[in-house]
Amino acid sequence: MSHLNNFEIFLLLTIVKIAIVLVITLMSVAYTVLLERKVLGRLQNRWGPSRVGPFGLLQPLVDGLKLFLKEDMMPLAVERPLFILAPIIALGCALISISVVPFGAVTLVHGVDLFQIANLNIGLLVILGVTSIGVYGVALSGWSSNSKYSLFGSLRSTAQMISYELALGLSLVGVVMRAQSLSLRDIVASQSAHGAISWNLFGGLQFIAFFIYLMAAYAETNRSPFDLSEAESELVAGYHTEYSSMKFAMFFMAEYANMITVSCVATLLFLGGASSPFGHLFDHIASGPILTALISIFWFVAKVFSFLLLYIWVRGTLPRFRYDQLMAFGWKFLLPVAMVNILATALALTYHG
Amino acid sequence: MEIALFLIFGLLAVAGALNLLFQRHPINSALSLVVVMMSLAVLYWSLGAEFLAAAQVIVYAGAVMVLFIFVVMLLNAGEEERSSQGSRIAYIAGIPGAAAIFCLLSFVFLSERSHLGATTLGGYLSSAVSNISEISHTLFTSLLLPFEVTSILILVAILGAVVLARKEL
Repeated sequence: MSHLNNFEIFLLLTIVKIAIVLVITLMSVAYTVLLERKVLGRLQNRWGPSRVGPFGLLQPLVDGLKLFLKEDMMPLAVERPLFILAPIIALGCALISISVVPFGAVTLVHGVDLFQIANLNIGLLVILGVTSIGVYGVALSGWSSNSKYSLFGSLRSTAQMISYELALGLSLVGVVMRAQSLSLRDIVASQSAHGAISWNLFGGLQFIAFFIYLMAAYAETNRSPFDLSEAESELVAGYHTEYSSMKFAMFFMAEYANMITVSCVATLLFLGGASSPFGHLFDHIASGPILTALISIFWFVAKVFSFLLLYIWVRGTLPRFRYDQLMAFGWKFLLPVAMVNILATALALTYHG
Repeated sequence: MEIALFLIFGLLAVAGALNLLFQRHPINSALSLVVVMMSLAVLYWSLGAEFLAAAQVIVYAGAVMVLFIFVVMLLNAGEEERSSQGSRIAYIAGIPGAAAIFCLLSFVFLSERSHLGATTLGGYLSSAVSNISEISHTLFTSLLLPFEVTSILILVAILGAVVLARKEL
């Protein structure tokens, strides 16, 4: 690569990184769906998908093909431009927010970090901002469908996402105060000193913030037990009732991509990101640049995977909240506790930090 | 690079603002306003104020405008009806008034330019210095009184909203 100047190398590597991250994210979205169906099946004492390929491993591909080949129905009374725009906003925002996530340890090739698309110094705020723009996908889909079920679903979902965004954002303030930076790399670096002991979840004493984040994240992604926006016994399918074929698939993919993003953020902020839980204890065994990079990616993927399993486990275990319970829980419990956590963290940092 | 960003998003902001005025459906107008907010966020970013840009997206585009759209959806507001004859005062005073305000603001900003301080396109983009600590330092030391007064004002507004809503019950 000697005949290319620095900018060309940066541009080429960034395009390659974007393509690889996009493909991997979409594949992991597909296989998260399969994982959910399998694990949920086993939780309910049945097999789950098992016909296509060994253990049903080809099921996501066949599902994608089926959705792609289905007829794209467009009801007559919809608001056409917004009806088409809504799933694009939802999926676009879900995929954009993954671009600031660092997947592995810092690995520089010609000055370009291999395991992160963009290292912004306000990375955390970018994720929060893009997530809050994603609300438009849900809101507009419900309104433009011109159907009462869609409208109710999207009203519920929008109100829920706005309410829980506050608790979500406030729960992260303690972590930011400890790291003294909004850059995700710095936040990871602030917890990687002694392995699991220095993670924000354990050593940082941010476990209250962690549980607030966990509950707010479930509500933010419209997942069980807060999946009131698509309560099938009341609302048919919620905001995507009128959607079919690829447009429905885009909403579906956006939901799972959001799950993955939320798990990534939880991993980065509370579980030390791509750092090993044993700290630098076994560094002398696995030396060499390639092996170190692979091990850091392994830890990151393992942490995200356990979060996804937790998501599915919760969905298989807990019943759905009632709507007033949901709102009271968010505003009267999570929000005050998050504020108390901020105060306590600030006091502790002032007197000990 | 930055001048291209500035031109594209400056034009987008103006186009969004004009579209906001010309659209007849409230939800289309609200979405045009979202476009204006996002373009402004990019302009802030290109001036090196990345925290302001993120706050603009999160607070205005992500919360305030969502509430606007929420209310439009909840009330199921239809297209506005244009009356055949507008207010005559608006026709007489509108364009000169707008031009006067524009002239006044540009005069104030241009004459006070030395006191306001200057920033350049792409000012802090290359360096890794975050301006969050600077903003918070200014906000909690020299601007503490206006900051606290503003928060009390917002608190009063919230209480007023609660009082008004309780009467309906």
